[in-house]
Amino acid sequence: MSKTDLTRRGVLRTGAVAGAGLALPTIFTSGAHAFTNEPMGGTVTLGFNVPQSGAYADEGADELRAYQLAVEHLNGEGDGGMLNTFSSKTLEGNGILGKKVEFVTGDTQTKSDAARASAKSMIEKDGAVMITGGSSSGVAVAVQGLCQEAGVIFMSGLTHSNDTTGKDKKANGFRHFFNAYMSGAALAPVLAARYGADRKAYHLTADYTWGWTQEESIAAATEALGWETVNKVRTPLGAGDFSSYITPVLQTDADVLILNHYGGDMVNSLTNAVQFGLREKMVNGKQFEIVVPLFSRLMARGAGENIKGILGSTNWHWSLTDEGSKAFVKSFGTKYGFPPSQAAHTCYVQTLLYADAVARAGSFNPCAVVEALEGFEFDGLGNGKTLYRAEDHQCFKDVLVVRGKENPTSEFDLLEIVEITPAAQVTYPADHPMFAGGALGDCNAG
Amino acid sequence: METILLQLLNGLDKGSAYALIALGLTLIFGTLGVVNFAHGAIFMIGAFCAVTLSRLLNLSFETVDPEKLDFLGNPAKIKTPYVEAWFGHDFGHALIDWAVPLAILFSIPIMIAVGFIMERGLIKHFYKRPHADQILVTFGLAIVLQEVIKYFYGANPISTPAPDAFKGSFDFGAMLGFDPNVIIYPYWRLVYFLFAAVVIGAVFSFLRFTTFGMVVRAGMADRETVGLLGINIDRRFTIMFGLAAAVAGSAGVMYAPILSPNYHMGMDFLVLCFVVVVVGGMGSLPGAVAAGFLLGILESFSSMNAVKSILPGIDQIIIYVVAIIILLTRPRGLMGKKGVMED
Repeated sequence: MSKTDLTRRGVLRTGAVAGAGLALPTIFTSGAHAFTNEPMGGTVTLGFNVPQSGAYADEGADELRAYQLAVEHLNGEGDGGMLNTFSSKTLEGNGILGKKVEFVTGDTQTKSDAARASAKSMIEKDGAVMITGGSSSGVAVAVQGLCQEAGVIFMSGLTHSNDTTGKDKKANGFRHFFNAYMSGAALAPVLAARYGADRKAYHLTADYTWGWTQEESIAAATEALGWETVNKVRTPLGAGDFSSYITPVLQTDADVLILNHYGGDMVNSLTNAVQFGLREKMVNGKQFEIVVPLFSRLMARGAGENIKGILGSTNWHWSLTDEGSKAFVKSFGTKYGFPPSQAAHTCYVQTLLYADAVARAGSFNPCAVVEALEGFEFDGLGNGKTLYRAEDHQCFKDVLVVRGKENPTSEFDLLEIVEITPAAQVTYPADHPMFAGGALGDCNAG
Repeated sequence: METILLQLLNGLDKGSAYALIALGLTLIFGTLGVVNFAHGAIFMIGAFCAVTLSRLLNLSFETVDPEKLDFLGNPAKIKTPYVEAWFGHDFGHALIDWAVPLAILFSIPIMIAVGFIMERGLIKHFYKRPHADQILVTFGLAIVLQEVIKYFYGANPISTPAPDAFKGSFDFGAMLGFDPNVIIYPYWRLVYFLFAAVVIGAVFSFLRFTTFGMVVRAGMADRETVGLLGINIDRRFTIMFGLAAAVAGSAGVMYAPILSPNYHMGMDFLVLCFVVVVVGGMGSLPGAVAAGFLLGILESFSSMNAVKSILPGIDQIIIYVVAIIILLTRPRGLMGKKGVMED
């Protein structure tokens, strides 16, 4: 027989002690971590989320090379690259805020769900304080949303859809790369000047967010200059042989074919269009022309000779002669033996911009970083004077109109710069209809 | 009328590729009873034989040209292909230009070897296993093969142009009296169609008119009886596996200028080719060829704007819709034989 002394005072005392005990870890953690993955030791971890498998693996590999170079430069190794030309002089080559930069990598596989899973793993398991990378707008939008929820900064890699900083923009997400609207605004005047204002365009468009926004942007920009849009045809991703989409073009009176394709689709549709003799065709008394609004040197290589003379736009090209570009090409070329791609450039620059924002803010807190990046003006990173606009977290800078080179002098010398379109010409109001429908919201520190 | 003719032509070259792959699949299924999901990978390896020969012929030595600078501002290294140095500029250049057709000769021994190794090394262990096991192991093999190719050649498509003589297109419509510039057809696609016709004809003749072919056909009909007659049918079937690999491989080689080879092109074709085999009738060689062309042409027609405006997205599903209709009305496919896969 046992006797229990249950008194009111005893229960209260036990309850108070147990309650305090349970609350203790929370009190400590909430005091210790003011935001998600606050770096506590002598290092800070960045998460590089790039396609390491799948159709964009080559671009992903180039992005990863650029990230490794950026980490070296931030940690004071190598020749410093663009740190020497960057207008902000806060970074001193001693890591970020004195913490050595380390990184983890994830594989997006160019699939939204895989990209989210790898980003989540880097945030939750590896303690990444910032996620960056990607080579597709679908992936960028998905990962940006995840980072917003998780309370970390997302510095997007190659993403060209208007939606990334339009209807899907997020306070924690930032884009350095240009977008489809800017391609249209830069390209249309060059097209009108070279091919005339009286043209009939036929669009073939990749059937997903990026393709739709690019089609809309290019059609709007060219129609404003007098062109007529004859037809817009959506093609499935990875269609392979595009001949059955190319041949109907022959039966219309279109005299320009606009290929809103990227990657393997661009290589195949362009190759098919050239094989079907479109470039030799005369329509309405004019030479038939093909336009590829978003060019990539890595992809251009796959199209071989077919890109010669074809106009398009690009975010950056290694042949630029400003000091920033030269420094980056030298660092990258010396380390890897070939010039960097535009994907590599934007990823390198995004890493530096993040590090610089942290250094200027004096904190890794995402909300402090957002504040430091919003409205930030800088130069010396390869695109001339650039503004990170506060309203939509989009960089505004010069855009390059390029053309497939007729007589390349090397395997890298595939594109030539036709015009550097000034930032003012590609700038649009933050409430432009093509970017409407979303809100940045508030920054989330986790 | 022009539109129909044009889409018909379009369907022919795609149908040629389907027919060639499906022919090999059916040969393997008919002889060895194996459902080979790695057959698309063989087509892909064939295309990469063209890429490899093109790269081998372009192997170059470097000389420094102090007059020119590379992208880092150092004296540029000028590359000269060995074949141009050895055989003179003109002949060397012609060799490089004709890399794709030459790659057929290059690919045949390689593809036969790949086929032998695949059959003797892996697939023969699965003859007596259920079809599900065979599908799993060959599908796994296909993924391994494409990852190996990606490791060595990268993930981006690799441009592999046709010889200069076959570049460009001809005005087929003008030849038939239609308006000029409406029915345009690239030379290389015509070459591909003719090539496919020759290969299909050769395979059928081989099986029809040679003793070897006769034995193989007898083996396909009744393997046990042929074995009891003292004929080593297994060895002949292994050779047929090698032959099927060579057919798919050469189909891949010649397809390289039409579709820049990438590591997953085999998988893209494979699923469609299985539908082709099923529609044609499991084990029927003429059925596979007929269904290959039929589905290629139907796919081409369904992507016409006029059709898509009535039935959006039809181009993506037409092959499967037709497959369902044919299998509902003729469960053994177009030319399927009784008793195949029905035990």
